[in-house]
Amino acid sequence: MKITLIAAATLTLGALTAQADEIRVLNWQGYGTDLNWATDAFAQSTGHTVVHEYFNSEQEMLTKLRTNPGAYDVVMINAVFTPQAIEEGLIAPIDVTTLANYSGIPAAFANDPKLVNDGAVYGVPWTWGLTSFAINTQAFDSAPASIQALWDPVHAGRISIRDDALEAMQIGALATGQDINDITDLDAVTAKLAELMPQLRTFWSSENDWNQYMAAGEMDAATYWSGSAARSAAMGLPVQFVVPEEGAIGWLDGLSIPATSRHTEAASLFIDWMIDPAFYVQWDAEGAPASANADAAAALPDDAFNKVVLGDPSIMERVHFQDATSPETREQYLQIWQTLKAAQ
Amino acid sequence: MAGTLNMTDRRRLAMLLTPAYLWLLIAVFLPLAAMLFFSFLTKMPQDGPDWAITLDNYSAFLTNPTYGTLLIKSLQLGMIVSVICVIIGYPCALVLAKSIKGRAREALFLMVILPFWSNSLVRIFSWAIVLRGNGVLELTLNAVLPFDLNLNLMFTTHAVVIGLVHSYLPYVILTSYLALQAIDDDLIDAARSMGASKLTILRRLLLPLSLPGLLAGVVLVFVPVVGSFMEPRILGGRMGTYYGTLIEDQFVAVYNWPLGAALSFILLAVVLVILAVASPVLKGART
Repeated sequence: MKITLIAAATLTLGALTAQADEIRVLNWQGYGTDLNWATDAFAQSTGHTVVHEYFNSEQEMLTKLRTNPGAYDVVMINAVFTPQAIEEGLIAPIDVTTLANYSGIPAAFANDPKLVNDGAVYGVPWTWGLTSFAINTQAFDSAPASIQALWDPVHAGRISIRDDALEAMQIGALATGQDINDITDLDAVTAKLAELMPQLRTFWSSENDWNQYMAAGEMDAATYWSGSAARSAAMGLPVQFVVPEEGAIGWLDGLSIPATSRHTEAASLFIDWMIDPAFYVQWDAEGAPASANADAAAALPDDAFNKVVLGDPSIMERVHFQDATSPETREQYLQIWQTLKAAQ
Repeated sequence: MAGTLNMTDRRRLAMLLTPAYLWLLIAVFLPLAAMLFFSFLTKMPQDGPDWAITLDNYSAFLTNPTYGTLLIKSLQLGMIVSVICVIIGYPCALVLAKSIKGRAREALFLMVILPFWSNSLVRIFSWAIVLRGNGVLELTLNAVLPFDLNLNLMFTTHAVVIGLVHSYLPYVILTSYLALQAIDDDLIDAARSMGASKLTILRRLLLPLSLPGLLAGVVLVFVPVVGSFMEPRILGGRMGTYYGTLIEDQFVAVYNWPLGAALSFILLAVVLVILAVASPVLKGART
């Protein structure tokens, strides 16, 4: 099916591009676009080969776009950073009418003001997910209903959170009942996080870290990403993802085309393949975040985590999607976070 | 002598020295100069055309007490690790240099140097496996001891100190060994023949004569430990925030190179001041 879908797309669009292009994709390593089977299938049906380059932070991604004009054709940008990329003229509008699978993206994602500027689409919603926490099911009789479980003295010294200022502050905002995108009482969040610090075993920084600590029995509960939790559970770890009553942080990743790209047609084809249900179903079997394409989510098997948990309307009600954060706010959060860490 | 060099000698000298100075210029001076320049910028030139020269990165160190606190914490860590390295390393060097001869010495020497042949990251991860709860150390001790023991060493300051001492101990042993090796055995025999006890020989003879080597070892340990970031991050858990990890965050996580560079130069300056203050002691040791 996937070959026919791409073939159809190729016939409509690819006919215009006679020669095979090499497109360069900028993304996190191991995040969907660089799956060998996916790029092979893309190369087979369109003739375009895919080369990857990776970044380790959003700031690095922006710097690479600024300093290497023409070097990239597709870039994965967290929607929070898309407005900044648009403002700096780093990415170009995308003609979504050429994307056969774009119609499957629900309006809530497709019309996200972070991705759309003056009616032009600068980012194609690709994946989304939740940041909340996951529990070691052996340490809990039943999944806690509240995020306050992280502060429960019963689990002292057996909690972990990621070493990230923005994420920590937003978790603190959820726990103090504040809007994650507009934290008005910073002192309350700071005090709440100061209470959390003695509870912590360590900070985690990567999915691999997280899995190792959980496998070694170092943690009872730790903040985590929904897609990663599904992957860890699939690996056989006793892990359950919790969306507490206070809510969870939602994030959206989009695919964009740099303003200086010289292979925009091939890039559009690749983005269309990335939101193709056929691609997503196969990716999800290996552990993927939720697809922003409703058609792709619907095509999943009925027992898939991304369909059962993230497809549940009562959970969707509790998701607070991240807005863009100004550099000044980020700097302020970083200072608070560093002070909290230094006080240990 | 330099005054009496004739033209050919001078030309030959310049030819012989040029490669060394060129290498120093390219490998040491240029990167440091670039970092020094970055530390005075508002933002990196490639991040936008509106960069400017500023002192803000340096004043940030003074206005934000967090940075000073972490620097003091790192200096303390450096001192603790240096002291422990001396306490363990100097007796080791003494035994190696004066008590053991022949094949046994070669074998022991190999064991001292062996950790150097493995990657430091691998060493630290090995310590993580040993120290972790239910790890190698705890399982072994519980198998041997009649009572149950819960060490809980992983993710504590102790774990950081253990990992750093293991990484840097060979410096102290090697420099002390070389200094002790150079002491003539006849001196010790002479002292002994005049009735000096072993402790007196150590205190009045061996220690003063090997002090330059020992202090060189301490400097080699202290300076990198103050700036260490990988060991605290992996072994220290939530206690593992030090000045080195702060600088690493600026470069890797938040991409604020100017601030990271400024913090690095402040560290360099503080370490140089400490060494300058200690230099009379270092010089005194040589005479």
